[in-house]
Amino acid sequence: MPSITMVESLNLALDEALAQDNRVCLMGQDIGVNGGVFRVTKGLQARYGKDRVMDSPLAECGIIGTAVGMAIYGMKPIAEIQFSGFSLQAFDQIEQNMSRLRNRTQGRFEISMVMRTPYGGGIRAVEHHSESRETYWAHTPGLKVVIPSGPRNARSLLAAAIADPDPVVFYEPKSIYRAFREDVPEEPETMPLGKAQVVRPGEDITIISYGAMIRPVREAVDDLSDQHGIDVELIDLLTISPMDTTTLVESVRKTGRCIVVHEGHRTCGIGAEVVARLAEHGSFEYLVAPLRRLTAPDLPFPYFQVEQHFLPDPDDVVETACELMNWN
Amino acid sequence: MPEANQPTRAEQNTPSEVPPPGHIDGPFDSRSIDLGRIESLQVLDEHGQVEDGLDPKYDDETLLKVHRAMVLTRAFDARMLAMQRQGQMGTFAPNLGQEACMIGQVWSLGPDDWFAPSYRSFGAQIWRGWSMEHLMRLWAGYHSGFPPPDGVKDLPFSIVIGSHVLPSVGLAMAMRRAQDAHCAVVNFGDGAFSQGSVSEALNFAAVEQAPIVFVCENNGWAISTPIDKQSGNDVLATRGLGFGVRSLRVDGNDILAMMMATQEACRRAREGQGPTLIEAVTYRMSLHTTADDPSVYRDESLVDAWKNRCPIARFETYLANRNLLSSEQADQVRAACEQEVLDARTQFRETAVAEPRQIFDHLYAEMPDELEEQRLEYLRRLDRKGVK
Repeated sequence: MPSITMVESLNLALDEALAQDNRVCLMGQDIGVNGGVFRVTKGLQARYGKDRVMDSPLAECGIIGTAVGMAIYGMKPIAEIQFSGFSLQAFDQIEQNMSRLRNRTQGRFEISMVMRTPYGGGIRAVEHHSESRETYWAHTPGLKVVIPSGPRNARSLLAAAIADPDPVVFYEPKSIYRAFREDVPEEPETMPLGKAQVVRPGEDITIISYGAMIRPVREAVDDLSDQHGIDVELIDLLTISPMDTTTLVESVRKTGRCIVVHEGHRTCGIGAEVVARLAEHGSFEYLVAPLRRLTAPDLPFPYFQVEQHFLPDPDDVVETACELMNWN
Repeated sequence: MPEANQPTRAEQNTPSEVPPPGHIDGPFDSRSIDLGRIESLQVLDEHGQVEDGLDPKYDDETLLKVHRAMVLTRAFDARMLAMQRQGQMGTFAPNLGQEACMIGQVWSLGPDDWFAPSYRSFGAQIWRGWSMEHLMRLWAGYHSGFPPPDGVKDLPFSIVIGSHVLPSVGLAMAMRRAQDAHCAVVNFGDGAFSQGSVSEALNFAAVEQAPIVFVCENNGWAISTPIDKQSGNDVLATRGLGFGVRSLRVDGNDILAMMMATQEACRRAREGQGPTLIEAVTYRMSLHTTADDPSVYRDESLVDAWKNRCPIARFETYLANRNLLSSEQADQVRAACEQEVLDARTQFRETAVAEPRQIFDHLYAEMPDELEEQRLEYLRRLDRKGVK
């Protein structure tokens, strides 16, 4: 089992998809010779040619719009948007075509495509390079939204996203692109979309998170266990939309307490959706403490000299968990 | 061309001492394209007379079929307008005066070529195989009206202006990759040309040498906005040259010119010679849509000038001069088309069924649990209201 980073595992998943299915093609800015600004597509153009790994003109709307057309024709385009902050340039095509052409044609057109894009803070980037606006896509009917949290599930989920008959927005937590390695099997593997994963079973409190935030949350979970004797059930959403409500509700019925942690803004964020579902779906009578959200504030992502203070950190999680444990 | 003898604003604004782009020596020299003049094409003048030596001499059967399609387009247009005014139809976008653009841009397409219509393209859609009854369902707000009919390689019509142009280029990019020797035609208007995505589409098509023909129907109006408020350069075809796309300007009320221009552009696309932009100069003689009142913003005498350029009358003169169509025969065609539209209306009235229980069925290939839950909630509402 090779031990690889997320950048390498994503590259592996793309390589496997290109090798397996000649309908698969990659498109995006600087993804060819340059291998993408984060090198996720490194070496693929040399292996599969310029028509299957295509350097696109610098126009996000154009990339997504033409990818939709390729999907109508029967190809499986995987479009890279260099940073998720730029994906809003493509909002037009995502909303009007990518997300709704199946519905608009009563199922005659299948838009089987993936929009991959790195999201989130933590890399000391310039403005517009640190956004976490996954809520936009979760709010758009017709899309699926997937966010991996480590090298192994990144590969499996990307393979599932490519195989999916519907359009998938695949957000890549770029701050952990190279942060750690995981063992992955030699053979391609996949995992179902729409399923959350109980990363660590526990009895006292449920913490729900995803993407790059899983790392600081894990740190907090260890601390809570070691220092405070609090047994956390940690759930990694993995697919933001459609959301695995059942797994969340079952967990909170058991623990009676819940914190949601994410990088996105609070108002109408994914956490708002999670707590609404918990409130609606029969967790209410099991709750022994209020539902809590730990998120970025409703502010534009700050310039990087202060970014280390902007996102929830392990201490926030520990403090909030302790507060909820002592609620009465 | 209607305005052929008048200098365009672009020409007026170009100082003669400035060399045209593409003719600069040294490191700034153009890579490959000749940024020369815009070709323009008119075959039939406003009196239906053929310009010297330009008659493409299409066969009789083709000419009569095209004529009938133009007449049918107009009959459908008039009936839809009437039905809307009678409360039997949703908002509708008339096409009066643009019949030559409509039919000219699709007549040379085969079933394996693709066509991407805008909402005013119903004449082209009928030609492509959409039944009028189907189009009535579309405009009357029935879900079943939106998907293209089986075997018709069209996109559903676009509503958000210009939103279909990029996917059309994507289709053509896929065709080139699949070595599919067909082409795509995409239809949009002068207003759409102000959308950034349409410029992006021209650029992608040029870079990719995609087999696509862009037909911009410049009908002078985008709802109430006239072309001189839409663009600082009223020769929209020049934009294609800027992207490296072969571009020409065609009299959009001249069916023979439209047929020739698109046939040639499609042939080039299929043969791997890249994209073409055709600016079809025409005029929106009627309303933007049935929700619009042009008297608020347009002097109707402007429309009168275009009545003399009627594409159908002009073509009928040509056909009469070729002894293909007498005025009695033209009247017979009109009557037959009118009857065909009425038959479609009857069929539409008898068969159009709203299916409120089906609206969740096609968002995803497989319905997610959360959507199924919402569907059941919605069905309970229908049950409560007694809706089948």
